[in-house]
Amino acid sequence: MAGGASQTRERAGTAREARAEARDRTGHRPRPGPRRRGDGPVALLFLAPVLLGFAVFYVYPAIRGAYFSTTDYNLLSAPHGVGAANYSTLLHDPLFWNSLKVSAYYVVLNVGSQTVLAVVLAGLMFRLTRSVAIRVMLLLPWLVPNVTVGLLFLWLFDADLGLVNHVLSSVGVGTHGWFSSTTWSMPTIALTNTWAYTGYTALLLYAGMLQIPDPIYEAALLDGAGEIRMFFRLTLPLIRPVLALVLVVSVIGSFQIFDTVAITPSPGGPVNSTRVIYYYIYELAFKHFEMGYASAVAMTLVLILGVLTMVQMRLLRASRSDLA
Amino acid sequence: MPRRSLSPRLPTGRTLAWAVLILALLVTVFPFYWMLRTALTPAHQLLADNSGLWPHHPTLINFKRVIGLTSLAQNQAAGGSGAQLNFLLYLRNSLIYCALIATVQTFCCAMAGYALARLRFRGRNLLFSLFVMSLMVPPIFTLLPNFALMKNLGWLGSFAGMVAPTLLMTPFAVFFLRQFFLSIPREIEEAATIDGAGKWTQFWQVIVPMSRGPLFTIGLITAVWAWKDYLWPLLVGPDPSTRVLTAGLGIFLQQSPNTAPDWTGLMAASVLTVVPVALLLIFFGKRLVESMGFTGIK
Repeated sequence: MAGGASQTRERAGTAREARAEARDRTGHRPRPGPRRRGDGPVALLFLAPVLLGFAVFYVYPAIRGAYFSTTDYNLLSAPHGVGAANYSTLLHDPLFWNSLKVSAYYVVLNVGSQTVLAVVLAGLMFRLTRSVAIRVMLLLPWLVPNVTVGLLFLWLFDADLGLVNHVLSSVGVGTHGWFSSTTWSMPTIALTNTWAYTGYTALLLYAGMLQIPDPIYEAALLDGAGEIRMFFRLTLPLIRPVLALVLVVSVIGSFQIFDTVAITPSPGGPVNSTRVIYYYIYELAFKHFEMGYASAVAMTLVLILGVLTMVQMRLLRASRSDLA
Repeated sequence: MPRRSLSPRLPTGRTLAWAVLILALLVTVFPFYWMLRTALTPAHQLLADNSGLWPHHPTLINFKRVIGLTSLAQNQAAGGSGAQLNFLLYLRNSLIYCALIATVQTFCCAMAGYALARLRFRGRNLLFSLFVMSLMVPPIFTLLPNFALMKNLGWLGSFAGMVAPTLLMTPFAVFFLRQFFLSIPREIEEAATIDGAGKWTQFWQVIVPMSRGPLFTIGLITAVWAWKDYLWPLLVGPDPSTRVLTAGLGIFLQQSPNTAPDWTGLMAASVLTVVPVALLLIFFGKRLVESMGFTGIK
């Protein structure tokens, strides 16, 4: 990964500086001294705005969030400490466990379908064309706000007037109230975001495929390998590091689905079938004003995503590439 | 770049592959076309006129009423609920929101990225690790206390409150720009050092001018993210004077009757959220897709 490359580069830089210092000792000073003593003061000047932003809007709220999670804060009166009460409530909160289950179901549906489609799409593009126009078209859904995408799919999948039901009934297949059905609401939301993110994911994988050297394919063609065989035996194994990272990023991102759920006619419902964890936290904080409990759930989400990332990285051996 | 094509002995496979790719493109583009088509259809014909590829009596009334050019009576006649819509104002708010965040954040993060890539100071690695760690924290965790902070400061309902958390930095932008500055050859700055320029002068007069392309790209990506923002601007700036397009869409949908949503109006408003990014793609699409290997996840 890039981290490794940068470390190498830094090490090279240090070596160069060491050589320069060695020259200094022999009496040939190539330039005046201050540069040798680090760039502390000027670095502070460069970093000041970012440090301010980081301290006020990342570090301070992180500490405050952890503190809120041990209080009964409700946004109106001052918070009172309640110890670990929020966390023990959480363990016995069926809505919390349901939100985890629903989120996981969404992640499986969305990341599963989107990754498979994106791999196929990227593989096709890679062997067929380098067209920028095609890539640009595939990026469009990703650039559009999730709210717009959600709204558009609410319309396409509308029970009465939507195009999907219209087409389904004209070919004689049964229609559904997609967003009002406990069975179909989550898959429909997953499909919505799969549409929105497949092109983007495909482009990331495609960028990974462009790193594969040409001669590998030429050799395989000479050996008489077919396209499908090359895809499974060459392309897929060789983009594994990129694929692993795309998967980690997609899972983390999908776990945080909110916008698409929030604009459905009955967010969280019907009957808790779409109350994903992000939406649950939002409801607790801004509808029930249970900021303390919401912070405890958010804190738990931080832990879950942290563990999930580590497990995935291990499983996928993301940092090792067959090309390296 | 050498062209890697399917072997010529597989014309059927090649045709099939192109067919699948073209189908994927159609599926990608079709919903946008349907959005536009609905926006151009008169509301009372929505049920009758849904089979042809183009509305029988295309109209601009839906666009006119979402940007607030029509009277209440005209709105209701055209299928609206009578709620006042002013999407032109929300468009302006969105543009201000995106432009502010994209420009200020890009420059602040470029400075920090440069310091982390090039300057030597105590705690540099620790600081960088902190930024990388914070990349993994889900935004909702800091959103809750940040909202409480805005409330305490009395910044709810102001642009200041809306842009504050992302104006100066996001860990991603710092990370991205640091990686980029690491890839610039050191020799260029060394030449400038010999000429007697300090780090500050070097950065503004040598590094920034030669990095215009990547700085512009990260600015674009930041603008797109800000364009897509929904929850934060909705929570902090829900009033019409600061309402952005995404929040406007959400509120418009809520005000629309559940049983018979104002679909033509909603789609006309949706088109307004697509046009600017579509223009971005037309003008800078090549730059965006070519930076993807780098910006995505490298």
